[in-house]
Amino acid sequence: MKARVYVMLKNGVLDPQGEAVRHALGALGFDGVEGVRQGKVIELDLAEGTTEETVKEMCEKLLANTVIESYKVELSA
Amino acid sequence: MKAAVLVFPGSNCDRDMKVALENAGADVTMVWHKDAALPEGVDLVAVPGGFSFGDYLRCGAIAAQSPVCKGLVDHVNRGGYALGVCNGFQVLTETRLLPGALMRNAGLKFVCKSVGLTVETADSAFTQGYAKGDVISVPVAHHDGNYTVDDETLAMLRDQDRIAFTYTENVNGAVGNIAGVLSENRRVLGMMPHPERAIDANHGGTDGQALFRGLIDQVVSA
Repeated sequence: MKARVYVMLKNGVLDPQGEAVRHALGALGFDGVEGVRQGKVIELDLAEGTTEETVKEMCEKLLANTVIESYKVELSA
Repeated sequence: MKAAVLVFPGSNCDRDMKVALENAGADVTMVWHKDAALPEGVDLVAVPGGFSFGDYLRCGAIAAQSPVCKGLVDHVNRGGYALGVCNGFQVLTETRLLPGALMRNAGLKFVCKSVGLTVETADSAFTQGYAKGDVISVPVAHHDGNYTVDDETLAMLRDQDRIAFTYTENVNGAVGNIAGVLSENRRVLGMMPHPERAIDANHGGTDGQALFRGLIDQVVSA
């Protein structure tokens, strides 16, 4: 089974990299990009039966810094 | 005074830290990240600058999970002293020994220069060698030094006089220009600037000396 973990800066935390991407898109002539947030996706190959609870524990302990980041877990077969 | 300097793969200010502590009179042992135990009777643990584990995942995140950092957390919980500089500050926030987090610099560029620091409190072993309001010159060299903390924690840091140093200019976008913060018991200091690079008149000034001397005076007399 697989898990996909999305890690994003929390709302309200200024994202300097996302802001730079937004400027670059504007410079390329893409009008109307009002905001960009950049995060990461972490894919995990897991032993069958690993629970979502365990993956969340991984997020809390290592994959995300919950002081500034939020995370979302998606499990698939 | 016995000090331990932690060494991770990718640390690069560990030997400078050793020299700075030794010049101030400390007996220094280097401790590899896989060692679970710190040497007996250590008073101070220094977490040096560099790029531990290549800054993979987040700066300091992997180092914070290393065996030696469990020893560091136990040491701090027993009331021991700890100093984290640059990547060391990032490690201390990742272990949650200090509040907040260090994000990518607001200007997105690696900043490498000497900056002015205002001493915001002289009430700690680390800053007692200065007077509150002193402005000192210390080098910074980082890409992720943009200190971020929520409003509630910022108010608490201010109320408890735990902001040790602020930048005299906006260096990296840090909240309140914060360059260094203290733990609640004032025995843990994390800071982005490098005091260990300001201990020799031939190498960028001596404004960092008072930090090491003050620390060692206090610990020896304690």
